[in-house]
Amino acid sequence: MTSAALAERPNGLGKLTAPVTFAGAAWAIADAEARKLARDPTELISRAVQPALWLLVFGEVFTRLHAIPTGSLSYIAFMTPGVLAQSVLFSSIFYGIAIIWERDLGIVHKLLVSPAPRAALVTGKALAASIRGLVQGLIVALLAVMLGVPLRLDPRALLGTVVVVVLGSAVFSTFSLTIACLVKTRERFMGIGQVLTMPLFFASNAIYPIAVMPPWLRAIAWMNPLTYLVDALRTLMIAGGQSSTGLPIDFAVLIGTSVLLVIVAARLLPGIVR
Amino acid sequence: MTARASPADHQLATSDNRIEASSAAPGTGASAVPPMEVAIRTSGLTRRFGDLVAVDRLDLRVRAGSIYGLLGPNGAGKSTTIKILITLLPPSEGTAEVAGLDVVREARAVRHHIGYVSQLLSADGGLTGYENLMLSACLYGIPRRERRARIDEALATMELSDAAHRVVSTYSGGMVRRLEIAQATIHHPAVLILDEPTIGLDPIARRAVWEQMRQARRAGKTTILLTTHDMEEADALCDEVGLITHGRLAAHGTPAALKQTIGPTASLDDVFTRYGDPRDEGGSYRDIRGTRRTAERLG
Ligand SMILES: Nc1ncnc2c1ncn2[C@@H]1O[C@H](COP(=O)(O)OP(=O)(O)OP(=O)(O)O)[C@@H](O)[C@H]1O
Ligand SMILES: [Mg+2]
Repeated sequence: MTSAALAERPNGLGKLTAPVTFAGAAWAIADAEARKLARDPTELISRAVQPALWLLVFGEVFTRLHAIPTGSLSYIAFMTPGVLAQSVLFSSIFYGIAIIWERDLGIVHKLLVSPAPRAALVTGKALAASIRGLVQGLIVALLAVMLGVPLRLDPRALLGTVVVVVLGSAVFSTFSLTIACLVKTRERFMGIGQVLTMPLFFASNAIYPIAVMPPWLRAIAWMNPLTYLVDALRTLMIAGGQSSTGLPIDFAVLIGTSVLLVIVAARLLPGIVR
Repeated sequence: MTARASPADHQLATSDNRIEASSAAPGTGASAVPPMEVAIRTSGLTRRFGDLVAVDRLDLRVRAGSIYGLLGPNGAGKSTTIKILITLLPPSEGTAEVAGLDVVREARAVRHHIGYVSQLLSADGGLTGYENLMLSACLYGIPRRERRARIDEALATMELSDAAHRVVSTYSGGMVRRLEIAQATIHHPAVLILDEPTIGLDPIARRAVWEQMRQARRAGKTTILLTTHDMEEADALCDEVGLITHGRLAAHGTPAALKQTIGPTASLDDVFTRYGDPRDEGGSYRDIRGTRRTAERLG
């Protein structure tokens, strides 16, 4: 049994390994996730069912009803970005339960014992969530094309959509990590996850415009990051889509919220193994 | 591959060390080792969970380059001590130094110099052995151009080269453990800390893991701290052992010296029975559950 590697090991306190780069560690975590998803894509496929139902059933019926005033857009075009935002929300919320699961397996301990900055670990998880979000985006876009929704296909719009999906996934996955670090057990997380996701969805502009909401709901919707995610997607994805806030505000809210939540989750993460 | 350290090996490692096998009162556990020689040192280390005192004024000294075994009944505080040493849990009182660095004030630097193998089988089952090692190499900041060579070396050392590109969920328990040791040593740590590294392994896999630990120690002066419930393992592998009960160091010294205190034909089992006080309400449901889960995943 040879051990050249072990033989060259410095005695006791040797040279430090090269400083662990933030990006390198974050990327490694996202990369591992991508490999696992590629190896076993069943989950990705089953997650496509829900947006398909929303678009094919809910969307088609409400488009015929003309019950919801959506201006120049058809209802199905109006709700497509909302359905994508919803799948981003639902697949990102999964990261909280995953981190509890990984804690129980000892995987989180291993991450936390490494010298990688905690914020890099959280960012890695957020990037991993983005991979799922982007796959959802692709599925929703394909369904939308089938349903005749007029999509914007210019490179700027496509790039913008990708960035917005990444940011949205980052916001909700880090939110989910934060909750998981606070409640610590799977049972409690399941309860809270349920209580949070549906209100986030309904108190947003995902499937109806904010203008039709009662004032109290409107106030909540404007504090909900999902609203800004939907607004940005509606502007960037749909031909003729109008922003109600302006893209700069959407981006500012999404970037600001994800940075804030990365910092909060990074601070709380070590607590999950205590 | 030799399964047991030769007696000469053992002698060498411990001859210059003062033997302390008597029941140690708190605060008197320090042996006369010069500071530079000490890889792990705790002073008055205490950790409470509410009213429960899991670690109680613990004074440990682990000599650089030695293999040290922490023994003790379920719930004695072994894993809690380890969690403090690997910077995952802050102490309630007292201090701990690993590789000369304070685990609270210099936590990040400590993490550069330690490797950790947890009580659970924590390699990612959905990734291949190679991918698990790549993840560790990246997290430990090993430069891109060195990664491949490091990983290939680690795989060869742990005799996993043939299984490198298989998904870890198809590995046997022994292979997972060796992979985890490879992950924990990919950055050539000064101190390697393992929580029950051979639990649930068959005798052959267990001996292979022992051999890997001896190898790591011999080649690079790595200090190894491990916990075990297996007295045969402690006897065969460890230069020194410390017996913890109720978070306190009840006895410590070389296995030979500890056995001497009981009688000429005593085994470490007898030492454990004498100092370990196993009649006590030791392991809580939580401990047993954790242990059983490890065994199941190995099963
Ligand atoms: N996070 C925690 N919260 C509350 N109590 C804890 C926690 N972690 C450990 N304990 C308690 O502290 C005591 C020491 O636990 P520890 O896991 O350190 O024991 P151990 O010596 O490793 O036991 P085993 O041999 O079963 O692994 C136990 O009574 C345990 O229930
Ligand atoms: Mg334990």
